[in-house]
Amino acid sequence: MDEPILEICNLSIGLNAPAGKEVVDDVSLTVWRRKITCLIGESGSGKSVTSSAVMKLLPGGLRLVGGQILLDGHEMTGANAEQLADLRGRVVSMVFQEPLTALNPVMRVGDQIGELLKIHRPKMGSQERKRRILELLGDVHLPDPPATLMAFPHQLSGGQRQRVVIAMALALEPALIIADEPTTALDVTTQAQILKLFRELMTRHESGILLITHDFGVVTEVADTVYVMQNGQVVEHGSAADILKAPQHPYTRSLIAAVPKYRFRSPLPPSDTPLVSAHDLELTYTTRGFTGRTRQVKALDKVSFNIDPGEVLGVVGESGSGKSTLARTLMLFETPDNGQLQVFGEDATKLRGQALRRYRADVQMVFQDPFKSLNPRRKVGLSLTEGPIENGVSKAEAVGRAHELLDRVSLPRDAMNRFPHEFSGGQRQRICIARALAMRPRLVIADEAVSALDVSVQAQVLALFEGLKNDFGFAMLFITHDLRVASNICDRVLVMHRGRVVEVGPTQTIFTAPQAAYTRELINAIPGEWDLTPAA
Amino acid sequence: MARLIFTRLLAAIPVMLVVATFVFLLLRLSPGDPAIVIAGEHASQQQIESVRMALGLDQSLVVQYVLWMSQMASGDFGNSVLSRQPVLSLIADRLEPTLVLATVTIILTVLLAVPMGAIAAWNRDGWRDRVVMTFAVIGFSVPSFVIGYTLVLLLAINAKLLPVQGYVSPFADPWGSLRHVILPAITLSIVFMALISRVTRASILEILGEDFIRTARAKGGHEKRILWKHALPNAAVSIVTVIGLGIATLISGVVVTESVFNIPGLGRLTIDAIQGRDYPVVQGLILVFSFVYVLINLTIDIIYLIVDPRIRY
Repeated sequence: MDEPILEICNLSIGLNAPAGKEVVDDVSLTVWRRKITCLIGESGSGKSVTSSAVMKLLPGGLRLVGGQILLDGHEMTGANAEQLADLRGRVVSMVFQEPLTALNPVMRVGDQIGELLKIHRPKMGSQERKRRILELLGDVHLPDPPATLMAFPHQLSGGQRQRVVIAMALALEPALIIADEPTTALDVTTQAQILKLFRELMTRHESGILLITHDFGVVTEVADTVYVMQNGQVVEHGSAADILKAPQHPYTRSLIAAVPKYRFRSPLPPSDTPLVSAHDLELTYTTRGFTGRTRQVKALDKVSFNIDPGEVLGVVGESGSGKSTLARTLMLFETPDNGQLQVFGEDATKLRGQALRRYRADVQMVFQDPFKSLNPRRKVGLSLTEGPIENGVSKAEAVGRAHELLDRVSLPRDAMNRFPHEFSGGQRQRICIARALAMRPRLVIADEAVSALDVSVQAQVLALFEGLKNDFGFAMLFITHDLRVASNICDRVLVMHRGRVVEVGPTQTIFTAPQAAYTRELINAIPGEWDLTPAA
Repeated sequence: MARLIFTRLLAAIPVMLVVATFVFLLLRLSPGDPAIVIAGEHASQQQIESVRMALGLDQSLVVQYVLWMSQMASGDFGNSVLSRQPVLSLIADRLEPTLVLATVTIILTVLLAVPMGAIAAWNRDGWRDRVVMTFAVIGFSVPSFVIGYTLVLLLAINAKLLPVQGYVSPFADPWGSLRHVILPAITLSIVFMALISRVTRASILEILGEDFIRTARAKGGHEKRILWKHALPNAAVSIVTVIGLGIATLISGVVVTESVFNIPGLGRLTIDAIQGRDYPVVQGLILVFSFVYVLINLTIDIIYLIVDPRIRY
């Protein structure tokens, strides 16, 4: 018989200010053993706050207003420091969203996992502890556990670090594992492996899992029960099958509707004068691995492609496949070791001084993280006008352009006098796009430009890109790890794997009739079941 | 590691050459005739000429430079004008008291200031934080000679707990040496402690907001572990940097403190040499202090490697 492992009753959490607004409002939910319960909602819906309340790890500035949290028979809201010291890690553990920052950078991975055993099993000998850590590293399918044990976090990839965080969460076989967006920062293939791992480990350890996500694809893949949160409240809950098939609440329906559908575009006829023409680009990095050996990584291995005027070329692949290196090379931040790169009819690798400055003005980039790519101490207006003014546009004209672009990206003109932190993630990405377009570029490089955004916002930003491209007529290199996104905006798609171009062709062909085995693998790893017939 | 030390020491050679050249020019190009200065106020024209000959000042600047550099390279720093002793042995004799004072000061500072800063950060806005920060403000604003004389008055003259001044070698009498060195060390370390406790507090506060601190908290166990095992090691790079800078500025503090406590170290030697216009000794001291700076920087770079695995040269 299934038993509940976590029961949250009428939980309310408010801002730590007089008459503060409640960020979590009367939430009740139950997590069962051997079941995955998904908590879904967009950023700001209160889902992460709810989960951190379970461990009594509320972020500063928030306070518990009311309600009860019953974890395996323990009342958590009133738990004192001693009880928390015992329960955290042993009965409940957490997998955090950001694998890159969730680990202590100056502590060896093995020691970080071992710390849990030291705290909760003080009698365990050091040999036995080491054996257990190795076993855990193997459980999460990390390659070469003895070497990983001695590695520091920065020597591991994002996916590997996330596995370390998961190994930590499993170390004491807790009754409840809370996973807060555990796969958002990962590419599809790693995500599929990790979701499979969760299922496997849950049955083995008889744990319950509370999975927090904004991705309905993930829900389709793993959820048993689903809770949908909006503005701090649970608006709908039920079995995964029911919610996915027959969502009742309008918000749930809009969330499901916002999941990108495949929508293939007919490719443009090839042009005789491509804007960008790359032939056999090669670039090798020399890195030092955690075993101390120097290792040569071919970031670009005989990469050839064209971008026609007005075309959107998508670049897809998992992390470490060379996508970002390609973008950096095109920006001329990196010089290829070999190969030809013709851009705007010139040999781009030979540009120096004034010509290079002009080139950089013509090629603009939109980055992944809208929170980090704007100078926090500069008003938006300054960010929008700085580039044009530096390149000889008069101040009045630059301001005029900025106003026009703000109109175009649906932001008020008074945004000019505000600071980036006053805007939401989606709004900031609009500012970043406006900043790039203020230079009137001929080529825009978008590196994971919508990956950090909520699905509904993602759809809006994609539509914005589309409209702007038609108005301004720039070509685009669109880098993404999300194939659904790629299908929505790209004319053609280039699939990269370990620095090589595996396949390149019209988007629809790539999705419906992939030639390379790797492309097929990538498409199969997309969470959820997707209808590959194009939407109207 | 060995390669790093070797290459860094090699890199110190051009630095020392530049310093030596600078010292050379300082004497030759400063207004006035060094021979007149060195020969003294009441010297006859003949005496001045013989000094000029002895120092090679009648040669051209280039010849003098080559001569000076070759002397330096062979370890000959010249003789003191006042005592006629070789500069190098003069400095070597005075090295011990300064080293003892500096070492005790550094140990005292690091042992006290780092935990003080850490506790202040942990107890942010609490009474412990206020106490530490008040101390830091006082430490910054009160001049070290005031602190020195106050400590002498209270602990040595009134309470008669410690000797007023002087120096005893730790090799001759360890306990007596410590009793003599403790007051000057406290005097020297107050500013230093104010600086380091502030920086420790600020960098730990920053680290405490990081994601991995939340991860550490989610592991359970006692909260102290988070401060000492997770926050402090991550703050180490900035703390070590400031300790290094502090040691460099310690050298100027040594000059004042050794005068107050009448310790026969390099600080006193510097003051005596400057007052007596003893150019060869001043030159030697500048070179020695510069070399110490280089060594401190090298040590800090090596400590970086130890405290932060992400740093590789």
